[in-house]
Amino acid sequence: MKTYIELFWTFTKIGAFTFGGGYAMLPLLQKEIVDTKHWATEEELMDYFAVGQCTPGIIAVNTATFVGYYKKGILGGIVATLGIVFPSIVIILLIASILQNFADLAIVQHALAGIRIAVCVLILNAVVKLAKTGIKDKEGLLIFIAALVLTYFAVVSTVWIVVLAGAAGLLIQTIRMKKGDKS
Amino acid sequence: MSIWISLIVEFFKTGLFALGGGLATIPFLYAMIDNYGWFDETMLMNMIAISESTPGAMGVNMATYVGYHATGGSILGGIVTTLSLVAPSIIVICIIAQFLKKFKDSPYVQHVFYGLRPAVAAMIASAGIGIIIQVLFNGTLSLSTFVPLNFVLFLIILAISLVFKKLHPIALISLCALLGIILGL
Repeated sequence: MKTYIELFWTFTKIGAFTFGGGYAMLPLLQKEIVDTKHWATEEELMDYFAVGQCTPGIIAVNTATFVGYYKKGILGGIVATLGIVFPSIVIILLIASILQNFADLAIVQHALAGIRIAVCVLILNAVVKLAKTGIKDKEGLLIFIAALVLTYFAVVSTVWIVVLAGAAGLLIQTIRMKKGDKS
Repeated sequence: MSIWISLIVEFFKTGLFALGGGLATIPFLYAMIDNYGWFDETMLMNMIAISESTPGAMGVNMATYVGYHATGGSILGGIVTTLSLVAPSIIVICIIAQFLKKFKDSPYVQHVFYGLRPAVAAMIASAGIGIIIQVLFNGTLSLSTFVPLNFVLFLIILAISLVFKKLHPIALISLCALLGIILGL
């Protein structure tokens, strides 16, 4: 029981003190999980993080599930995950309910109108960064363009884009490997 | 279908197919605007800004926010969507944890990601285009709806973000909130 409480509390702290998730969470994860609790080595944590990026879901959540699972099995995974989302639930519900009551105030309206401009810039920068690291060659660019057109004009649902793009990657790279073997 | 079942299904789907973390949930949330009308583009932008400037993983924060908002301000709504979002993670990770090394080094996983990374960037770009049209053109792309002031501010903020690369998103968001109040946007 004590271990479960420790798992929950440790990940609650991590969830409460990082902004933005993903890479922003890494330094605190290292400090708490590797240095303080010794639940994983530095290398293991990097493995969880790397795999957490190529498995479905939020990276920080996936990492929490990994650590919890290796410590205390499936229940440990669940407890650690609940720990990391707990602060989000509390803080967001608090802000959402406050905002609902003050949303009609002129000053809040003006602030939100300004913030929307920041959101545009943040998303644009994120896309540029992801495209730079994600598009490696002509075929990659083709997948980018195809996915953009299909998503923007809502030709197929987002789930299908993910499935099709994954299949395309598998196909292209497998053919490449085969060709590479022959020559 | 009741809204609760739709919320559970949609967020489970988002948790299962949003690869690459918080930002990857945006295209799924964007699709919910058209499919369900639980919130609009303006509301989504507020959610993104608040999720980036509050503690916790961004994707989780947005799920909580949508659940609360879509159910008309129910706390249970926020809890249900958040748990639906993380449920696939728990299932998938507990399975993969059995053969972590094999999964990590598998060429097939690398191949799939070769195709997925550009697509994820494209999906977020698509949602981004919709959001930028909303802010710079009030939702419809035409000369008469163009908002010059927003465009100028957009360029200034973009320039600031490119010059000061280390600047935290919260700093940009706070600056824009302040500008919004001063200029009465």
